Amino acid sequence: MFQAQASRLTKESMGEVDIARNLKWRRMKNFMFSVVGLLTLLFAICTLLALFIDLALTGVPRISAEFFTSFPSRFPEKAGILSAWVGSLAVMVVTAFVAIPIGVAAGIYLEEYAPKNFFTKIIELNIINLAGVPSITFGLMALGLFVYKLKFGQSILTAGMTLGLLVLPIVIVTTREAIRTIPNSIREASYGLGASHWQTIQHHVLPYSSGGILTGVIISLSRAIGETAPLITIGALTFIAFLPTAPVSEVFPYVSFQWLSDAFTVMPIQMFNWVSRPQKEFHVNAAATGTVLLIMTLLMNGVAIFIRYRFRRRMKW
Amino acid sequence: MGPQFEIPSTSTTKFNLGVQTDFLRSQVKNLSFSYNPKEKIILKNVSLPIFDKKVTALIGPSGCGKTTLLRCFNRMHDLYNEVSYDGEILLYPESKNILSRDVDPMEVRMRIGMVFQKPNPFPKTIYENVAYGLRVRGIKKKSYMDEKIEVSLQQAGLWTEVKDRLNAQATSLSGGQQQRLCIARALVTDPEILLLDEPTSALDPISTSHIEELIVELKKDVTILIVTHNLHQAARCSDYTAFMYLGDLIEYGPSNLIFTNPSDKRTENYITGRFG
Amino acid sequence: MSELKAFTSANHPTRRWRKIKDRLIETVLLLAACSSVFVTLGIVYILVSESLPFFETVSFKEFLTGREWTPMFAEAKFGIRPLVAGTFMATFIAVCVAIPLGTIVSAYLSEYLKPRAREALKPILELLAAVPSVVYGYFALLFVTPMLQKIMPNLGGFSVLSAGIVMGIMIIPYVSSLSEDAMRSVPAHLREASAALGSTKFQTTLRVVIPSAFSGISSAYVLGISRALGETMVVAIAAGMQPNLTLDPSEPAATITAFIVQVSLGDLPHGSIGYQSIYVAGLTLLVLTLIFNILGMWIKSQIQEKE
Repeated sequence: MFQAQASRLTKESMGEVDIARNLKWRRMKNFMFSVVGLLTLLFAICTLLALFIDLALTGVPRISAEFFTSFPSRFPEKAGILSAWVGSLAVMVVTAFVAIPIGVAAGIYLEEYAPKNFFTKIIELNIINLAGVPSITFGLMALGLFVYKLKFGQSILTAGMTLGLLVLPIVIVTTREAIRTIPNSIREASYGLGASHWQTIQHHVLPYSSGGILTGVIISLSRAIGETAPLITIGALTFIAFLPTAPVSEVFPYVSFQWLSDAFTVMPIQMFNWVSRPQKEFHVNAAATGTVLLIMTLLMNGVAIFIRYRFRRRMKW
Repeated sequence: MGPQFEIPSTSTTKFNLGVQTDFLRSQVKNLSFSYNPKEKIILKNVSLPIFDKKVTALIGPSGCGKTTLLRCFNRMHDLYNEVSYDGEILLYPESKNILSRDVDPMEVRMRIGMVFQKPNPFPKTIYENVAYGLRVRGIKKKSYMDEKIEVSLQQAGLWTEVKDRLNAQATSLSGGQQQRLCIARALVTDPEILLLDEPTSALDPISTSHIEELIVELKKDVTILIVTHNLHQAARCSDYTAFMYLGDLIEYGPSNLIFTNPSDKRTENYITGRFG
Repeated sequence: MSELKAFTSANHPTRRWRKIKDRLIETVLLLAACSSVFVTLGIVYILVSESLPFFETVSFKEFLTGREWTPMFAEAKFGIRPLVAGTFMATFIAVCVAIPLGTIVSAYLSEYLKPRAREALKPILELLAAVPSVVYGYFALLFVTPMLQKIMPNLGGFSVLSAGIVMGIMIIPYVSSLSEDAMRSVPAHLREASAALGSTKFQTTLRVVIPSAFSGISSAYVLGISRALGETMVVAIAAGMQPNLTLDPSEPAATITAFIVQVSLGDLPHGSIGYQSIYVAGLTLLVLTLIFNILGMWIKSQIQEKE
């Protein structure tokens, strides 16, 4: 036994035995990790697939023209998402009107005008901070500020403003990134021809970054369309059987803004309402709404990616 | 046009001028410049004449300040820093110092055009590229614009190649064509001085020779100030040459004199390739 | 042609007008940029001002130490602990899922996959983040819970476990995306140095890449945890909305966020105790998130100091 030990010790000090075994062990760990990595990735993908398939299998049979054109009802077979999708559409319009001007303007300021000082740093820090604030906190703020203090009520206007502020950081960041891709040589060429700062922004910076900005806007809207918590907080109804007032009117000036102050619901809230009920039939409705929501979200993201791709190809510096 | 050039008493430059037969379009007077008051001084008390409808070349090794000097002419430095210029650049016939705080840099750039080292056409159509200088001034009349654009493209030697595809994207042109487009773009507003910042350094030899021929043609209409690393180019195209080194203007004179018989040893060393 | 043959003086009306116009434009744009500051101020102001009346009727001591939270009952109790416990439990479970899986996936994507495969698979992972949280809630309640019940027959219909797991999966892309970016920006020469010493890819990843990218990876973790703290719908749907002071994930419980939703579903007259309670809850969440963010920054600076 002593001899075996001694010979092994000599071999070890020469490093022979160790290396072969060590190499085999390390290779195996490497291989195992790649397997684990792949499995994890597949797990994530499979979960996504399971989600889609489960939702679609349950929900698709329920989707029909009737589903889109019926109001919610006590009877699951008769219930539809008419008020929900119209509400979603109306709220999205207001969201866009809030987020786009403020977001793009802020992005332009930060990239084109802002000096590199403490004040600008505060603004940038704020934007990063806002991006991490839970969506329900926005709802709380909107409830106190928009609904009660400013008396906008529990309306489509309030909803649009809330979501507009929620997605504002996304629009600002994507606008900035889009503007940053414009090379300095183009700006110098414009100034060299005697253009003013604003002319350069108007004729060059904005047009060349519009693809990136549009992408950011669509992505932010696809995020807004799925938001539930802040809208529940500001008082979106979960059961309404009427539509907001139509934006067109019969008398001059033929456009009506009454709808901005109407009560509303949106698709995710409708889905939440149905999934919270004990009856299985309502769950089917929820699945159908979820499928519609998912398809819309995916479509919007797809369009955004497509626009980004096309724009990148066109913009050759 | 303008007065004759008087050599400033404080200047250490060797001027080989003799009797002047040309008139001044512009003059640099005792110009010193640094990007930051605390940082290194890039231009040290430079004075030189820019003669009307002649090509003046600025040569010198990297870092000598020639591009910095060029960019003073159209106040490009104002875009980046709160700069203060020490000295003057006078534009004739008004004798106005275009570096003064009183003068709007934008107006300077409307009268002095620039072509950059790397061709930088806008990602717009060929027509719109050339038209931009006019649009900036608020000119909208199409017939007028069409005419000016055609003249500029002809001056730039590009008209025959693009006249049938004015609505094509400017980026579809070759490098040499793009640079000629940039020249046309700068010419459309009838600038008094055209600044060329190493205009052929990013181009192939054939395009380079096209543009050099162009420069010789163009000087009939516009005064040209060109920065170049290419000594043969300077010798071929320019009427006057200024040699700069480490921020100083070492020597100035007619190009044929500078290149055959420079007065300063440093000029001679640079031209013969001993350094730089 | 509008010829410009003479320089205008600084006092010329055209120049003055242009200067005014430029200033105006810049001011409008500046206001837009400041909007983010206004929103933050607005949030803090509203949360604090609407919560203050609450503490006039409820003692701070009861708030912090009470074990029941039933503001809407006749015999109302105002202990915040059940909500905080629910939030922490759900977040903890989510983090236990998201951080390991997210890190492994990001390491795999960054170090092991060929660029083509990465470009194809990464968007699918990003899709996980695009799904609305209410859909995840549905998934948790009606797919994951029944599945878990097969393994754990005593599991109720609502549980923090089910919600936490789905939340974790939802957060994976937040963790993996930033981590992967951080890992990929580790310079190639570091990997090459490791490989030249005879390391396997796994060793290089574990011992060189991850430590170098640790700053970015820890930011990713902080992001994921923040997201989990603020998540609402998944827990509201799948974990039930009953505040419950427990550390057992198989029980239903309410998080701070789920409570706010539950109360908002009902009638909320301005200034009523229910109204005040949601603001207090929101303020608590804000404070928790703030403490956590500061903690995260401190830990990060400690680690960076050691480097």
